[in-house]
Amino acid sequence: MNTIDFLLMHAPALIVATPLLGAFLTPLFGKVHARLRSGFVLLIVLLTCLLVGLLSYDIFITGGIHTYVFGAQDLTLPVVRILFEVDAMSMFMALISVILALVAVIYSWAYMKDNTGLDKFYTLVLLMTTGMLGMELTGDMFNFFVFLEITSIASCALIAFWTNKGKSVEAGFKYIVISTIGALFVLFAIALLYGQYNALNIAVLANAIQFTFVDRIALVLLVAALAMKAGIVPMHMWLPDAYGRSPAPVTIILVGATQASLYGVFRVCFTLYGDVITLPQVSIGWIMVLLGLITILVGVIMALLQSDFRRLIAFGAVAEIGYMFLGVGAGLAVLGAPEMTSVGLTAMKGGIFHIMNDALDVGLLFLVAGAVYYTTRENSLDRLGGLARNMKYTTVFFIIGLLAISGIPPMNGFASKLLIYESTYQLNPVIAVIAVLSSIMLLAIFVKIFYSVFLGPALPQFHTVKESPRSMLLAMGIITMIILFFGLFPDFVLTTIVEPAVNALLGYQEYIAQVLPGGL
Amino acid sequence: MIALYNIPFLAVIGLVLVGLYAVLFRRNIIKIIIGITIIESGVNLFLITLGYREGSIAPIYTSSPGGLMAMPVPQALTLTSIVIGVAVLALMLSLAIHLFRHYGTLDAREIGGKEE
Repeated sequence: MNTIDFLLMHAPALIVATPLLGAFLTPLFGKVHARLRSGFVLLIVLLTCLLVGLLSYDIFITGGIHTYVFGAQDLTLPVVRILFEVDAMSMFMALISVILALVAVIYSWAYMKDNTGLDKFYTLVLLMTTGMLGMELTGDMFNFFVFLEITSIASCALIAFWTNKGKSVEAGFKYIVISTIGALFVLFAIALLYGQYNALNIAVLANAIQFTFVDRIALVLLVAALAMKAGIVPMHMWLPDAYGRSPAPVTIILVGATQASLYGVFRVCFTLYGDVITLPQVSIGWIMVLLGLITILVGVIMALLQSDFRRLIAFGAVAEIGYMFLGVGAGLAVLGAPEMTSVGLTAMKGGIFHIMNDALDVGLLFLVAGAVYYTTRENSLDRLGGLARNMKYTTVFFIIGLLAISGIPPMNGFASKLLIYESTYQLNPVIAVIAVLSSIMLLAIFVKIFYSVFLGPALPQFHTVKESPRSMLLAMGIITMIILFFGLFPDFVLTTIVEPAVNALLGYQEYIAQVLPGGL
Repeated sequence: MIALYNIPFLAVIGLVLVGLYAVLFRRNIIKIIIGITIIESGVNLFLITLGYREGSIAPIYTSSPGGLMAMPVPQALTLTSIVIGVAVLALMLSLAIHLFRHYGTLDAREIGGKEE
């Protein structure tokens, strides 16, 4: 067995173990030298990226499912073990998470350098990355809950990182209240499932699920709690505060954490309840479509009213989450009807592809807003202006971000939004009209900010403002390159990573068969 | 005696509802935190209640009277959940301390209404 095979075999464990170990080694390196510590964190994140890249290459090419067993290898009772089960959907999400983590760490190099307590900052960043990756790779419900809590605790501490600002602490407190209650409901649902089926493993549960009354309660609790953590309207009130008040590199990882919760919703609906979700009396697909539409509308309308740069982008992010929910919900709604299969598949592709695009677009905009804050110490749109003169590159990045988020053709947002419009139009034209109109409104809003922040007369107080530091430009550049690549070659991305992810989500039978070869 | 078996489940529902009431309708941050811990106790009680299976004995290997032992998974889950709960509680209290230092009050609405 050569090294690559060995790494591949243990990759699911190593992907989670590397940042976890790195997190607790970070303060040790921080004792030696600040620069050594930052380099070490970068190294750890790069290593994680490499492992995720290796495993995703294998999974996307062969289309298989990897399992990794912690504990008992054989199935003699009692089976004491935790299983990681990694399919294309998990890898798709893991790719997003590590890209965001890498960009955040590069960005923090300059952005956070004047802050104290950076050892703890980097430890928490790595812990949050661990939590997200764990949520995405695990094949065990209780393990999912544990990683969910790791993510929430780390992200809450990071949102409130600037404890000298009352509003940051308030945002952190709101977030911890919401996410703790959400996680407790997830635990309650897991207990309901355990009480009936004596199992915690997702595949075993999916195999046994009956859709009794208790199962329905568990489904509602799981979807509601995870949707709350994903920021779906009407449970979005924590999100603008958390996104708007945390340091910019934290915001971008938080986008990843939100999407990990969204992944939880999809995993629960498609895999855990995969066997019963297509029953005609189950209308969760339509509920998701409705919630998605409301989320889009509320996000866009609230974004119109904001005067704070980062809160505005946060409401834009709420609207974008609505698009994903809309796409995947539309796919779920027609899953049972054979004549609509191709429409549903297109909608799913659009929704899943949009997860990646949203992470990149919203992430880029938050990084630009962070760069503006870093150089001017100002977040208010009323007081900013004329920055294009001093910050050329940042301005270019903002233009790319605003085109991408509003779905203008050469960018990646267009590719996924077109799939969503196209498929939802065939379900009901009204849905597509609302989706298109909201995109246009997003464009209008972001053009307005572009004008008020970057164009206009040069303001005397920003005379001495310089271009953003190099590490921040590099971080924004990485995201821009990926956005442009996805925008120019959407077919390549769709066939290589999005389609396997969609198929993995739909193929719950393979997911079960991987753990229970003969069924139970 | 079906009702007797159901008492823990009723207690679970009661605890969760009391906790939710505190979180939703109380303004004092400390009371919100207490509400969350009450919900957590409810969920933990539910997990522990699931540990009993009819006709089985407690899974204590050293002094077993013989017979089928219940699988001690819920106990393990509860322990994990308690540990996580302690971490969350500590974090929430430390945030409450910071909030009090900034605003001089623990009233959630007053804090929400204040500017920077």
